[in-house]
Order: sequence, then C-alpha cells, then structure tokens
Amino acid sequence: MKRLFWIEFDKLRANRSSRILVGAYFILLTSIALIAAIKFNIGFIKFHLAEQGIFNFPYVWHFNAFIGALFKIFLAVVIVSMTANEYSNKTIKQNLIDGLSKREFLHSKWIMILTFAGISTLFIFVVSLILGSMYSNYTEIGIIFKDLEYLLAYFLKLVAFFAFCLFLGTAIKRSAFALGFLGVWQMFEGICFGLLKWKSPSWIDADQVFRLFPLNAMSNLVPEPFTRLSAVRNLAEQVGEVMQNNTVVRFWDIIIVLIWSYIFYLLTYRLLMRRDL
Amino acid sequence: MSTILNVTNLTKKFGRLTAVNELSFTIEKGNVYGILGPNGSGKSTTLGMILNVVNPTSGTFSWFDGTQNTHQALKRVGAIIERPNFYPYMTAAENLRLVCRIKEVPQSKIEEKLELVDLLDRKNDTFKTYSLGMKQRLAIASALLNDPEILILDEPTNGLDPQGIAQVRGIIKKIAAQGTTILLASHLLDEVEKVCSHVLVLQKGKRIYFGKVTALTTDHGYFELNSTDVTALQNILEKHNDIDKIEILDSYILAYPNKTISAAELSKSLSEQGIIITHFAQKHKSLEEQFLSLTKNQQL
Repeated sequence: MKRLFWIEFDKLRANRSSRILVGAYFILLTSIALIAAIKFNIGFIKFHLAEQGIFNFPYVWHFNAFIGALFKIFLAVVIVSMTANEYSNKTIKQNLIDGLSKREFLHSKWIMILTFAGISTLFIFVVSLILGSMYSNYTEIGIIFKDLEYLLAYFLKLVAFFAFCLFLGTAIKRSAFALGFLGVWQMFEGICFGLLKWKSPSWIDADQVFRLFPLNAMSNLVPEPFTRLSAVRNLAEQVGEVMQNNTVVRFWDIIIVLIWSYIFYLLTYRLLMRRDL
Repeated sequence: MSTILNVTNLTKKFGRLTAVNELSFTIEKGNVYGILGPNGSGKSTTLGMILNVVNPTSGTFSWFDGTQNTHQALKRVGAIIERPNFYPYMTAAENLRLVCRIKEVPQSKIEEKLELVDLLDRKNDTFKTYSLGMKQRLAIASALLNDPEILILDEPTNGLDPQGIAQVRGIIKKIAAQGTTILLASHLLDEVEKVCSHVLVLQKGKRIYFGKVTALTTDHGYFELNSTDVTALQNILEKHNDIDKIEILDSYILAYPNKTISAAELSKSLSEQGIIITHFAQKHKSLEEQFLSLTKNQQL
C-alpha cells in the first residue's frame, strides 16, 4: 500500500505540468475565500456578499462543497493525462515487466484518486472552518459541525468523478480524446434526459431514471445551495415562485454514486486484465 | 542445475493468426539462450507472454519451479523489451528509483549500475534528452538493478549505430561472464552465435530447433579447394573414400567429408596423387547457413 503510494507519487511529482495543475487547483480552492471580498457600494446600498449568510455555519459546508467541486476538472486532467501517458510512453508495459501486477497498477492509480479526493475534502473543510469562524453569525459547536454530510458527499463525488476519468484514460489511451469524451458523455446524458421527458411512456418517471446516470448522480450528490439562501428565497417569493428544489444529501444518491465508482473500478480492471500490451 | 523457466504448449492467437504455436522449452540456470527467428516469427510475443504483458491463448509457463506467481517472479528477472520505455520527464536516477520501488530493492544500487553502463555523469538529465544508445544502456542498467537471476533481452541492438551495438554487446558479454542466465531474442544471427550457448529457433510461431548452438553448427565441416587442374581434382575427390559429395561454387570446389578429417590428411592425400593445390580452406557452416537450411527444410 505504502509502496504503491510512493510509486504513484514519484511519477506525479516529477511531472511539471501535473505539479502546476495540482498547484493551480489548490490555489483556486483557496480562492473561494476571495468571495468574502466581494463588496458593492451603490449609493445608499451597501452589499457585502460575505454578510449575506453564505459563510454561516452550517450553510458554509454546503456552499463551499458545491463551489469547490466546480474546480475538480483540474485534477481530472491530471488523472487522465497521467493514465494516458502510461500508454503512450509504454511505461505501463515496463512497470508490469519490472514486476508490478496489473492489480497493483490499478490500485496505485486508485490510491492517487483517493488521496486527491481526501486532500481536497480536507482543504475544503479547513477553508470553510476559517471562513465560517470569521463571518458566521452562529458559532455554537453544535451548529458548526452540523450538516457535515455535505463534505462526505463532496468526497464521494470527487472519487466517482476521478474513477470515471481513470476509466476513460485507460480505455481511450489519449488524454485529449478521453477529456473530449467526458464532454460528449455530459451532452449524451442531457440528450437522454430530454428524450426521456419527451417520449417516455407515462409509467416511467424521467427524473427517477435520470438519477441513475453517472454524471447526473454525481451532481445530485451535492445539490445547488443557492435556493437555501434567505435572500434568494425572498426574491423568489416576491416574483411568486415557490422553490422546491432538493438541497439535501439524499441516501439513494450516495448509493448510486458508490455503485458507479465500483463499476468504473471493475471496468478499468477488466480492461487492464484483458488487454495485451 | 535449477530450472528458471518452464514453458509448456504456450499458444497465442491474434484473431486468425497464430503468433505462437504450442511452444515448449526450458531455461536452466547459467546458460545463455538465444531465440532466433525472422521478423514476425513470434519471438516478442513469446517474451511478452512470459513477462506478463501478453495474455496467452492457451498453455502455461512457470517461473522458478512455480514457487511464485508471475509478477513476484518478475522482481527477480531483468528484462528489456524492444524500445526502452521510461518516463521522459524523469531523470535517469528518478526512473531507476521508481524501478527500485517496483522491484522492492534498495536504491543503493542505482549509482553502481549507472556506472556499469557508463551513464553516471548523465544521471540527472531527463530521459527525453538521451540518444537511443544511451536509452538502451539505461534500460540495461534498469534491468540489472535487482541483480537478476535471468536477464531477458529483446533485440537489444536494434536501431543502434555500430558503436552502440559494440557497447551493448560488450555489456552483455560482461554480464554473461558473471554467470547470469541470459535469454536473448534477435534476428541477427551473428549476435546470437557470438554470445549464446543454447538456441531456440522459431518459425511462424513454431519451435523448429532447441538445443546447444554447437550441436547446430558443428558438423564435419567442409573444404573449399582449387587447383591448376580442376577436372583432375574433381575426379580424385569424387573417388575419395572420405568425401561424401562435392559441389562447385563459383570457381571453387566444395568437398563435404563423411567423417571428421583434418586439413593435413586431405592435402597430403591430394598431393600424393599429384594435384597442385592453389586454394585450400577448411570451413564450418555458420549459424546463418544452418538457420537458413533449417527454415528451408520446414517450408517443404
């Protein structure tokens, strides 16, 4: 386990573009804090975003988990290119000849995925804790550590997404095409949903079927936090809109995403085992 | 002698093409083996299978009497397959450190092996800056990191310039002299003849010879002769008791003896019969000629 971690870490740290991307990713995660600096002064109206309650405990967990997840593509690029490069440089072949088993090879990549997701979650936790303690109106321990399931959801969302990327990198063997395919897949899910809504027979609930799609399941895991803001709610009520969007982490979404992660793991493993190098 | 590798009825099919067909052989400790065969005869596929990168269609192989599974066994093996494959953005030392981690051997050997292949002064340069010859030498250093019990080389001199070929051959000879078992695949016959004690000859994925190189090349040899009177020489040779058959090649007469006779014996008997020899040479068939006749026989 330690050996596999160091093997992957050696590969990663020697690669300059990966170092830059990982560095950029964590700088961007920290930049969530910059939202706090958004202030408008329009005549008598003084607007300070940080004062609008977005950094209130426990809401800050949800808000930051949602915003932080937007940057995950940076790490996805690293994972896809590190995997695809193993094929284009044929170093996977050399690794196997040197005595790494295919299972160990896959596990070293998965350790990278879990480490990335873990560090990123920890990062979000620390950033949120700091922002919360600076701006939150509530500072009771019970409230601070409420709703931490958003961080668990964040972690699982990253793991599943990276697992999908690892599978695509392995299957397609070219980083650009693999990332392109990710985009195409996103569109494919959208089109499927459209078709389901439009054409499916009445006994099929399009929304429930759509929940099963991998990228959609990942995005459902940490639902959008904006409709929870009182400012947004008030605005909606004024225009006569009733907000009914889901904003909590749902048990079944966790299960669906876990199943997808396992499916991607198995598919990658099967591919590695079957393919001649 | 202990067995390093045992291959039984190994077969690989790519669609309709059978790349390796029911191949069996055994590698014993201490010998230097050559795998010979034209391009596409299944050499690399065979090595790919025993090295865990190509899945066999059928058949089995076992390393070190089957006491370990393949990937554990490969940690005791050193192998270079075709082109050297390293991380281009890593330095030589970083690449070797990674191999040490995979093979679970101490990193203290890195300097020593780089020294052996004459790359110590370039150890902190990235792999992508290396010339092909240097890459190939780094591959050898990497394969030797674990002081392997067997070294497997697939076309190690392919694409190198004459100097590079000489360097790589020198390294291989040095390693062979230390008693390391070597398995060398090549289509260059003189390469195999120069370093190998045993040879496996493949054609279209089938084994057509497996045994000692000497058994393949040693026969009674033949004589290459010329004389001032060619017809007389021809007549005498045809009647000679020890000569099996004669052949005329260009301006020479080739005489094939039916037993091992010395050059002195033959030239004495010829001069006793008044033949003036202008050219006399005793020759053995080279591995190349043996190989060609072997593969030709198989085609019939």
